[in-house]
Amino acid sequence: MSALFLEGSPKTPHVNFDPETGMLELKGRSIPENSIDFYKPLIDWLDKYGRSPKSKTALHVQLEYFNTSSSKCILDLFKKLEGVRATGNEVTVLWHYEADDEDMLEAGEDYAGIINIPFKMIQIEEVDGKKQ
Amino acid sequence: MLQRIHDLYDELERQRVMLSFKGALSPELVTALLGIVERKMEGIEPDARTRKRVFNVVMECLQNLYHHNSNLRLKDGKAESTTDPHGVVMIAHLDQGYQVLTGNFMAGSEVETLKGHLDRINALPPDQLREFYRETLADGTYTKNGGGGLGMIDIARKSGGKLEYGFVPYDKDNAFFSLNVNVTT
Repeated sequence: MSALFLEGSPKTPHVNFDPETGMLELKGRSIPENSIDFYKPLIDWLDKYGRSPKSKTALHVQLEYFNTSSSKCILDLFKKLEGVRATGNEVTVLWHYEADDEDMLEAGEDYAGIINIPFKMIQIEEVDGKKQ
Repeated sequence: MLQRIHDLYDELERQRVMLSFKGALSPELVTALLGIVERKMEGIEPDARTRKRVFNVVMECLQNLYHHNSNLRLKDGKAESTTDPHGVVMIAHLDQGYQVLTGNFMAGSEVETLKGHLDRINALPPDQLREFYRETLADGTYTKNGGGGLGMIDIARKSGGKLEYGFVPYDKDNAFFSLNVNVTT
């Protein structure tokens, strides 16, 4: 299967899902009016990936902002990965947050409390998605 | 008319308005308004967390305005259907923080549900509000715009205060909804 690459925009994140390395990235801002349209291809991709995943999958989430319309879609991405983990593969979510952004850290903790995947909280200086 | 321009300017100045808009909303316009808010906040607010909270609240309020709208506007005192969602937004910088005011026509049939939701949110202390957010996020149901009822909870969490709201019944099908969110610093 091929990689999924989407350039970031003022309202949608940069996406880079690489099936060869198992390295998945979601970076920038996720604030579209209709998140379901944006996330459908990502969910579909993960659905396919889940049929023959790498033994190790890492999803890097580095969001500066996300709206509540994106929240449930992001949860759905995690649920797909939960399925990948349930079949005996190693899956990690690396949740990046800016040093002064306690709200983003809390948002990561909220997901970690719902989803059965190990989360690593990673403090960073500044989200580079802003400059994209 | 010319005096009214001065009065308007004076009023906006006295209320310390950073941005005000009334009219038709499109996704592009929402993006543009958010861009203005972001740039202005960078100039006046030194605290990054507050800047982000205000941006978040404005974003959710504008998206609520965009989605939960009965596409009406007032013309010569009468309601008229529009193709785009219509509303009003005003953001002011106060001594104790920022004030985000929004208003729009909505379906009268949804007033009771929204009122119940807002009252429930206002009755919860911060830790229980977070719990309510988690439960709503985890319950797996979507509303038609994907938010699943998280918008107002998120606005309340980011504001750190109570949501002030009001409904003005307009006609048998519609009401005007007003929301005042204060983000304290």
